[in-house]
Formats: sequence, C-alpha cells, structure tokens
Amino acid sequence: MQNSKTPEATPAYSYPQFTEEMRKTYKILVPNMLPVQLGLICRLMKNYGYDMELLHTEGPNIAEQGLRNVHNDTCYPALLVIGQLMDAIESGKYDIHKIALILPQTGGGCRASNYIHLLRKALEKNGYGFIPVISLNFSGLESNPGFKLTKTMLVQVAYALLIGDLIMMVANQCRPYEVVPGSTDKAIDICMDAVTGRFTGERMVRYGEVKHLFRFVLTVFGKLKLDKTQKKKLVGIVGEIYVKFSPLGNNRLEEFLLSEGCEPVLPGLMDFCLYCIYNSVIDHELYSRNGKTAAIYKMVYQFVLGKQADIIKMMKKDGHFRPPMPFDEVRKKSHAIIGQGVKMGEGWLLPAEMVELISEGVTNIVCTQPFGCLPNHIAGKGMIRKIREVYPQANIVAVDYDPGASKINQENRIKLMLSSAE
Amino acid sequence: MNVNVGIDIGSTTVKIVVVRDGEIIHKHYERHFSKVREKAVELVRAARGLIGEDTPLRCSITGSAGLGVAKAADIDFVQEVFATRKAVGVHVPQADVVIELGGEDAKIVFLTGQLEERMNGSCAGGTGAFIDQMAVLLDVTPAELDQLAQGAERIYTIASRCGVFAKSDIQPLLNEGARKEDVAASIFQAVVNQTIAGLAQGREVKGDVLFLGGPLFFFKGLQKRFQDTLKLDDAHAHFPALAPYAIAAGAAEYAGGTQKTYTVASLLEALEKAADAPVVANYLPPLFEDEQQYEEFKNRHAMHDVMTQNVTMYEGDAFLGIDCGSTTTKLVLIGADDQILFHHYQSNKGNPADVIREQLTKLYELCGDRVHIVSSAVTGYGEALIQNAFGVDFGLVETVAHFRAARHFCPDVDFIIDIGGQDIKCFKIRNKCIDNISLNEACSSGCGSFIETFARSMGYSIEEFCKLGLFAKHPIDLGSRCTVFMNSSVKQAQKDGAGIDAISAGLSVSVVKNALYKVIRAHSPDDLGQHIVVQGGTFLNDAILRSFEQEIGRDVTRPAISGLMGAYGAALHAKDNRRDTTTLIGTDILAGFEHNVRSTRCGLCENHCNLTINDFGGGRRFISGNRCERPLGGTKKADLPNLYKWKLEKLKSYGKPSGIANPIAKIGLPFGLNNFELLPFWTAFLRKLGFETVLSDVSTRDMYMQGQHSIPSDTVCYPAKLMHGHIENLLEKGVDAIFYPCMTYNLDEERATNHYNCPVVAYYPELLKANVSALADFDFMMPYFELADKKRFTKHAVKYFCGKYPQIKKKQVIAAVEDAYMAQDEYYIDVRIEGQRAIRYADEHDLDVAVIAGRPYHVDPEINHGIDQLIASFGLVIVSEDAVWQLTDAPEVHVLNQWTYHSRMYGAAKYVTQKENAQLIQLVSFGCGIDAITTDEMRAICENGGKIYTQLKIDEISNLGAAKIRIRSMLAAVEEGRKLAEQQNA
Repeated sequence: MQNSKTPEATPAYSYPQFTEEMRKTYKILVPNMLPVQLGLICRLMKNYGYDMELLHTEGPNIAEQGLRNVHNDTCYPALLVIGQLMDAIESGKYDIHKIALILPQTGGGCRASNYIHLLRKALEKNGYGFIPVISLNFSGLESNPGFKLTKTMLVQVAYALLIGDLIMMVANQCRPYEVVPGSTDKAIDICMDAVTGRFTGERMVRYGEVKHLFRFVLTVFGKLKLDKTQKKKLVGIVGEIYVKFSPLGNNRLEEFLLSEGCEPVLPGLMDFCLYCIYNSVIDHELYSRNGKTAAIYKMVYQFVLGKQADIIKMMKKDGHFRPPMPFDEVRKKSHAIIGQGVKMGEGWLLPAEMVELISEGVTNIVCTQPFGCLPNHIAGKGMIRKIREVYPQANIVAVDYDPGASKINQENRIKLMLSSAE
Repeated sequence: MNVNVGIDIGSTTVKIVVVRDGEIIHKHYERHFSKVREKAVELVRAARGLIGEDTPLRCSITGSAGLGVAKAADIDFVQEVFATRKAVGVHVPQADVVIELGGEDAKIVFLTGQLEERMNGSCAGGTGAFIDQMAVLLDVTPAELDQLAQGAERIYTIASRCGVFAKSDIQPLLNEGARKEDVAASIFQAVVNQTIAGLAQGREVKGDVLFLGGPLFFFKGLQKRFQDTLKLDDAHAHFPALAPYAIAAGAAEYAGGTQKTYTVASLLEALEKAADAPVVANYLPPLFEDEQQYEEFKNRHAMHDVMTQNVTMYEGDAFLGIDCGSTTTKLVLIGADDQILFHHYQSNKGNPADVIREQLTKLYELCGDRVHIVSSAVTGYGEALIQNAFGVDFGLVETVAHFRAARHFCPDVDFIIDIGGQDIKCFKIRNKCIDNISLNEACSSGCGSFIETFARSMGYSIEEFCKLGLFAKHPIDLGSRCTVFMNSSVKQAQKDGAGIDAISAGLSVSVVKNALYKVIRAHSPDDLGQHIVVQGGTFLNDAILRSFEQEIGRDVTRPAISGLMGAYGAALHAKDNRRDTTTLIGTDILAGFEHNVRSTRCGLCENHCNLTINDFGGGRRFISGNRCERPLGGTKKADLPNLYKWKLEKLKSYGKPSGIANPIAKIGLPFGLNNFELLPFWTAFLRKLGFETVLSDVSTRDMYMQGQHSIPSDTVCYPAKLMHGHIENLLEKGVDAIFYPCMTYNLDEERATNHYNCPVVAYYPELLKANVSALADFDFMMPYFELADKKRFTKHAVKYFCGKYPQIKKKQVIAAVEDAYMAQDEYYIDVRIEGQRAIRYADEHDLDVAVIAGRPYHVDPEINHGIDQLIASFGLVIVSEDAVWQLTDAPEVHVLNQWTYHSRMYGAAKYVTQKENAQLIQLVSFGCGIDAITTDEMRAICENGGKIYTQLKIDEISNLGAAKIRIRSMLAAVEEGRKLAEQQNA
C-alpha cells in the first residue's frame, strides 16, 4: 500500500524463495497474535492448498529464543514473533526441510517491516538458512512465487476476518458475565467450527452466507447464560498491534483484567487493516502520491465499510451486544487529536481508537506498547495529554512491555488506573 | 472504639500505622531485608499491647510488595497511590500535588484540576534505592550523604533517567576529584530531575506540594533541591512528620471501609498463614548439584595461577602496574620473571589518588634498596589523573592492558571478557589484534557493583552473598535486562517469598545473561571464541563464573588473579616497553605529596566546560572536564579539518537576519532534528515568500531543561527531547509563528527501497503541538509536506501558503520552491566539497580520516557532547557520512533499507572499506529504534571489508569516558594491524 519502488537501488541479497513446488508439500508456520482471527484464516487457506499452522506455543523459552536471536534493542514483538518461530523450528515437531515461515510486512516507516530480515538473519545464524520465509505484503516489497493471494482469496480472507472480529467482540462481552465458566470459550469453538465448515473446498463463499454466519455467531452467543447483576468496569485495550492482541506480548492482560472484575474491550483487527488501506488515500490527499492506487484502495475501504455497517445493523437488531462504531466515524474522530498524516506503526488509528472507546463510554483505557516503540512515542504516549484535554473523563494508563519488565509493575500501574476508574 | 490498621509493605521496608477513632496512635517502620511476611507479622505483634487483645479491628495492606502477602492472607489490598490519596485527603487536605518517593517507587499525584496519578513504570531510577546505591558509591551512609549535600557549592549534571546512568556520571566525577559535597547535592538534583521529567511529564508542579515517603522526609538536601527546582517557598512545600508513614496511614483509612474484622490474634494468624504459603516463580537449574561438583570446579580453576614471590625476598628490577578502575584501585609489582612481588586491591573510596599514595609509600618501604622500580604503567578510568599525579611512565587504555595480561595465561586467547565493578568489557582477538570491542555504556546491569549494592542492602558482603547462591536448589529467573528492571524482578521474587539463596543465584545468572545477551549479544559459544579468558573482580565469585560456564556451555580460563588482570597487564606493558629512566615520583616527592581540587568554568570557548583542576604540588596538575585541548595549554594541536564543526558553523549561518524589509511575519525555525539538514531549503523558501526567518539557538543543556517539563515519553531519543527546548527558545524570541512541517517522507536519494524519515523525526511536530501548552493559542505551522518531488511539493505548498496568506500569489510560491531546491543543492555540494578537501588534507598529511556516521542532527554539540573534538584530539580528520556516501555504490544490505538518513550510513561504511586511511565511527542516540537495525548491518559492511567497526552510543550524559576507551582501542588496533602488515610485508 505504500508507494514504493522496486528495490533496484540497493543490490538485493539472495534468500530462499517459497516456490510453487513447496506449496504442495510444505507446512507454513504462522506466529500467533490473535487465535480466533488468525486461526480462521489459517483454516481458510487450506482450501487454497496451503498447509498453514498457527503456533499456540507459550512459555519462557520463546522470549529466551528471541533474546538469543534478535538484537536486544529491537522491539518486543519482533523478539517474541521470531522467538516463537525459532522455538517451533527447534521443537523437533516439524520436518525442518518441509516447513516455511510467514511474517507480515506492511512496508511502513517503522521497524516492523524489518522483522522478516531479522528472522532471516536468525535462521542463517542457526544454520536454518534454507527455510524459506514468506513476506505477507501488499506493497510489492517481496514476492513469493509459491504464495500468491488472488483477489478472490483476499475477499474470502476479509470475510473470515470480519467474522473473527465479531466472534472476539461478542465473546469479550460475554466472558466476564458467564454463569457457566468456560461457556464463552465453548461458544467460540462452536462458531469457529461452523465457520470453517462453510469455508471448505475451493468454493467461493458468498456474502449472503457470510451474513448468515454473522447472525449465527450472534445467536450462539446470545444464548449464553449471563449474569449482569454486578456491574463491571469497562476497560479498553489499545496500542501497538502485537502487544495489544497477543497474550504472549501483554502478559495475559485480558485475563488479568477479568480477574480484577473488568470487562476488556478490544477493537477488531479489521480496524488496523482499514487504517492501512486508508493511508494510501491520505498519501494522495497530502502529497499527491499515486492517485490510481488511492482510488483502488478507497474502493476497498468502502467495500469493507459496507460490510461493517451490515454487522452493526445486525447487532443493533439482535440487541444483545454493543456494536462497534462505524470505522469511518472512528477515523474522523481522530482529527481533533492528531493529523491524519501520522501513518507509521499504529499512527492516527491509536488516538482514534482511544477516542472511539471514550465516546462509547469506555473511559478506562490501557495503552500498550513495546518498550521504546518509536511510533507510539508520538501517537500513543504523545497524545494522551491532548486526549485528556478534549475528554476530561478519560482515564488512560500507558504500559510498556518488554522481556525484562516485571508483571507486578505492569499490574500495579493498571491497578492504579482502575482505582480511579468510574 | 474503632481501630484500623494499615500495613505498607514496600520494596525495602514495612510500615505499620494504627488509627484509633481517627487518631494515629502508633506508627513504626523497619527494613525487611526481603523477609517480607515475617517482618509484617513482627510489626503487628509489636503493636499488640497497644491495640488490646480483644479489640475488633479492620486492616488493609498496601505497597509494591504487599500484594502477594495480602492475597495469601486474604486481607484487603489497596493500591498504593490510592492509599496515598486517602491519607492526603484526611491529613493534608490543602495539597495540590503530592510527590512521594519510596524505596524503589516514585509517584506523583495531581489533586487539583484534573486528577492524575502517575508512578514510575519500567524505570526505578531516582528513588530511595538509588540514593542508597549512590551513598555506597561515595562510601558514606545515606545520612552522611545528606550532610554532605548541604555543603554543596555547585551542581554537576548527572543523568536523571535512571540510576545506572547516573552512576556512570558520578564515577568519573569522583575519579577526577570532584568535591563529595557537590556530588552529593548533584545526586539529589538528579532525583529531582528524574521526578519532574519522568513523572510530571508535562504537567507543571505548582501550588501546595506535599512531599511524602522516607527519602523526602529524612534528606534535607533532597528537600532543598526540590524546593529550589520547583521554586517553592516554605509556605507551599510541605514536609509533614507523617511523610514516611503516609501510605500506611492511607491504608488504615481505607481499612475503615472494609468488611472484615479481626482481633490482633486472628490478624496474626492470617498473616502467619501467608508466611507459609507456597512459593511461585520461574526457576532455573541449580548452579551446583552437590559439594563434589563444586570441588571439581574449584580444582579445575586453581590451575591458572601465577607465580608469586614476596617482595621482601626479591632483589633486582621491578615493574609497577596500576589499574585505577571505576570503583577499585589495583596495584601489581612484578619481577624479572613476571612473578608477582606485591599486589593490592582496594575500593577507591572515591579518591584513588589517596589509595595510590598510601600504597606507593608502603611499597617503597618494602622495596628498600634491594628492589628498583624501573618502569611503570597505569590503566583504567583514572589513568590520566594518576599518570599526572605520580609521573607514571606509561598510560594505556584498559583493553590493551587486559589483552596483554590474558595473553600471558592463554597465548591463544581469542576472547576476553572482563566484568568489573561498573563495567563490562569484552573483546575479540583476531590476528593478535584487538578487534570488536563491546562495552556496556548504555547499561551497567550485570556488573559487580550492582550485586555488591544489592548484597549490602540485604546486610551481606558480596562474597557471602554470592556464596549463598552456590547451592540454591531453585535459583529464581530474574530475566536479563537493565538493573532497574532486575530490581523489580527481585521485588517480585520477594513478593513470591523466594529465599535469599535463590535470589543470589538468580542474580548471578542474570549478570551473566546480561553480559552475554545485552553487551556481547552472543549467539553461541563459537560466537565468543575457542579460548575464552574471563577476568575482573566479579568473576572471582564462583557463582558468577559457574553461571557463565553453564550459560555458554563451555569451560573457560579464569586466572587466579582475575581481579588484578588490568594491573598485571599494565605491569607487563611497563616491562615490555621499559625506558632508560623512569619518571615515577620517588620517595622524596611522595612524602610531600598533596592533592588539591578545585573547580572552575573554562572561558576559552563557547562550550564553557566545567573544569576540575587537580593540583598535586610540584607543578604536577591534571585538568578534567574539558572537551578540547585548549584549557590544557602547552602545544596546541593544529586545527585539523573537522566537518562536524564546519557543518555546524554553516548551518548556524542560516540564522543570520536577512534584513527583509516589512516581512509578512517573523517565522521561527527550530534548530533540531531534520532541520539540521533542511535549513537551507526552508530558509530560502520562506524568505523568498517574504517572511523573516528566525533560528532557535544551538542546543544547550539549559535549553533542554527549559523544555523538559512537556516531554511526554521519557524513553524517546535525546535529539527529540531537545525540540521542546527549541520551541520554548523560539517563543522567547518573540516570533509570530513557528514553522515545523511533518514529513513522513524524506528526500529521495534513490539508494533505498523507500525514503522515509524515522517515525520520531516524521511526526515530532504533532507531539509538540499536543504537549507544549504555549502552542495551543500560537500559530504553529505544521503542514504535511513531501519534498521528494518538486512538482508535487509545489502543488501542496501553493495550497497551504496561498490559502493561509491571501497576499501570497501562486507565482511567488513557484519561484520560492525553485530557490529552495537550489539552496538545498548548494548546501549538499558545499558539504561534499568540504569533505573532499578534508580527505585530501588527510591524505597529504598522512593522517587517518574518521568518518562519523550518524544523522544530520548529530552535529548538534549538545547531542554529540563534543565527540568530534575528542576524536580530532587523537589526530584524526573528521568527515561526516553525508559527505562520502555518494562516493561509492550502494552496498548490499540484508535489511529493509527504507530510511534516507540511514541509507547514507551504509554508503559511508562501504566507502570506509575502500579507503585504507579511513575509519568508521557510528554515532547512535540512545533509544533510537532504527539503529537497532542499522548497527548490525554497519558492522557487517565494515568487517566484511576488513575494517574495525566502532559504535558510540550517545545520550544526554556528557561523559565521554567510554567513548574515549572505544576510540583509543580502535586506534591501538589499527596501529597494531598496520605494524603486523608491515612485518608480513618485510
């Protein structure tokens, strides 16, 4: 989505490609961030002949692996993502000559686009230089002959993402109140199975079916027995995308909030995708960069917005759950806080999400970021003061995550925020 | 009767407050030495009589280490800041702001206006524990430190971000003979700065300020520093007697609202039950399974001993080596067969000169007429001071000394790691030449002094403390990062009830992990080398040595004189290079040895360095604190070409008034970040449009302090932090507007995949706008512009300027754009021509060229702290990366190369590999995330091209000690390499 040139300027170094051949026999390992959404996508990709496995590994060895293999000053997500992959490679569970790895690359101006290179360096250092790493990008940074996302596939992935976000959202609204412990997670399983049941074969799932699935999710969760007699504090989680979502990255923040009697509120993954998409439109507006790309991305943006509007309508009709704010509204809400040109890392999305939460009544917010996260200096910590000026009711705490930070300090900070929570 | 008990379990102490009918009837505190639960029980028991056996009471626990106890005992827990707020409401209701410093916590609560509470997050610098550590460093008790501070005459700059950095500022001050009184007050000032920068973060501290917590109650010096800095008079600064107990009092207050009631007996029962609760934490395997394994280990290491002979038995020539380290001073005297005749190892006690005078006197006595000290050498932090004070023959950089000694024990040595009191040094040996030095200047976690202070704070000596860990069954995993984080990990372990043995062993492992993964960034034992020599006082502890071997999975050589290696190496060096006569002062001068220290401000240039002048009598004196040679007098080195200096002057020239008549407005340009490159552009552009431009002054420490209060993110790089000061500076200058555009994209030099700015450079204007309150009603212009394409820029410039100023016509903007691009190009050409001139000068005069690779803003003297002058003082010509990157092709890089500034550095590195007399020095600002990516690449480019890679991390600290070691070692290695090449050619 960035307006980048082909990297001719610097001589490219060679690394193993993921070939068409490999596609048939290789397993692709996916580092975890969001079990529901990524889980759905992995299952969906099977239909297109990709054997993708989402890693569910945990434990101190992941951070250890990361520390050993990545420059310590690199951000925490890189450390964990690479650590998790290295840990998997060395677990003995896989035929290392039959696996490939995948990492996303947004091509944005923060360090994250470099994770893939750090991973390759780590592989090489450990003698795994032959393992191909697939770059998941839409900006032409790298291409992989054996891994091509067609338009149809992208639409399907988008559907899966929307459903995944919906599952996560309603599940979060149920879990703190469930009468039967574990029933929310069971509902998630039921939905996941139902959804993957639909996404089988090479069949293209039509939007009508997707809508049906939206409704199905709402029905399943609507049936859960909830006890809402005790009011819970709503606590929003925003921040750098990995530590915001990944329990591995945020020391199980959601669980902690639940144990403190709160209801965690998380914006969906689709928000981040929309943010990335819309940045091309902004780049055109601000600098007259590539108008054609901007026009295409604007269409994509509108397309997804339409689907989101459907979900919101359905949720309102269903009446059990709080629907999200339409994303375009979220985007515009950020204008009072930050310039729309801030597009590295989470950029304007971060204050936008905080404002969304606050305007929806979720005034307590944990803003998570890796220690020393560059874009968050500006868009996260840098904007909290301004947000408080505009929304005096905001109760925000910024928490840093890194391999050395102790859980008790983080929890203390969050407790402090909670102690003045309304 | 209504009795409430509040128990505050902090990181170092337990406090109890008993309130009866709203009146505090009992308060008490004691250090818990990590025996948290036991101490709490003890304190309640002590209050038993006062409360009465059958009185019903309510209780709540608070404090950073209280959560675990509260949970295990099922007693109500209240968050500390919340408790503080409770206490204030009841006891000092008029307070506007509360500042509370505890053992390892610092908090600030804003009560008036919008309620806000902040506590220190991942940084525990500037707290009670920090003050304790600093006291140990000065070898005084905390109370004495306070006494000293009251006699201060001046304040030194000590980094305020975290204790580790402050320490590395204080040590050189002490070594260079600064007055203890001044240092003590400076320590308190650092705490104040830390509180204001780290916690207040942009909110002004004013009105009635209430100071709480032990340190703020006990230390009058600290109180004074706070009052002075915040400009609070006695009526508005409150230091109540309740200060140390405030949180406990708040907890008692909170207890009043809880449900559970206890009697003293049932409360004790609950707490005691908690004391038996099982321990939960991450464990590591034990260091030694049993005694036998330990014996084998000890025997193996006993082999690397050195021959000794008593000095009183020896006759003949002897050679003296002195290692004046950061915390300890070591002396070694060797004989003709390299045998040790005499050695001494002692803590500096803040004054190494005294220690050496004493020892030297003693040594001369022992030598009598039989032993003649014919040559001497000194190394270490205090090298220059000691060399001057005692007329030592040779001064050598410590890396060279250590290498010399290591070679003695292990001729094939290819890797040396030295963990000293406060620093970790390690270096690889390639072709008998020092190569690839790693020093810990960003972080001294994992050094001896950390364990030492830790041991002392728990009431042990370091030896005892380390021994405790040898047979710990379950060492605690404390992680591996900064000391400050380790402190909190230990806190957590304590909370979980870990024993001292487990903590001790865990700390040993952490120290080692830090050294390996943080400093050396080793990947496998082969990364280090085949023949590893470990040394330094810290390795004398078997627990640490064992952890090291366990961690790398390989046996290493630890010479028995591990702690003396620097001095031994120096002695060997003295022997190798013996001259006809020695300059070492004899007994006669030694007898009359005096040492006077005074400080002054140098007036020879605009740097105005704080000079410390050490006078030793007899015309021997030593001046430190200087950034250049000028105050030293004597022969002045010819001014070598220095592009850093040239660029600064050139850029400053854009600040000269243009004299435009009737300008539309006076527009201020901040002299920082990317403006260090784009000044020619914006100045030409705005002036052509009819504006007068005003440049903010060159950064200074004072300017930083001026803007410090509005910095929201404490971990952002120093160059960015300085921008706040520049904005204040411009506002003071009375400009009508400030122009500082946001720039996602930089100029496109077509050598990279993309041409971004880093996120901080790109969007800092947004942050300034949101956080500098004065900008709210001010014309702060921060349009988004991209300059890579002239046509596109013109379009948007027209839109912005013609829209904002109707009197400006489109045609004018188009002309201004032309001028701007021209001015920028001219600037680039000038830089390159000047670079060529400098390189030619070096070539003609047979000098080395130092290519400093950094960012344009590293030219700022407040950012580079005069590193260019330091490098130049070694006789190198200074050239910057932007003058040479285009002289060669773009090198192959294994990372995503998408930032313009950074892409230049790759080119500069490649250029260095193609030029024999060029050396690369990369400047890295602490906290620069992008450089975490570039440094590895830069190293690879240099090393693959057969060059030494040198990296200098810079920060707000102006201490160039570590930089000096790096540069000298690099130069020594270059020289050695050339000698070797000559020998091979001959």
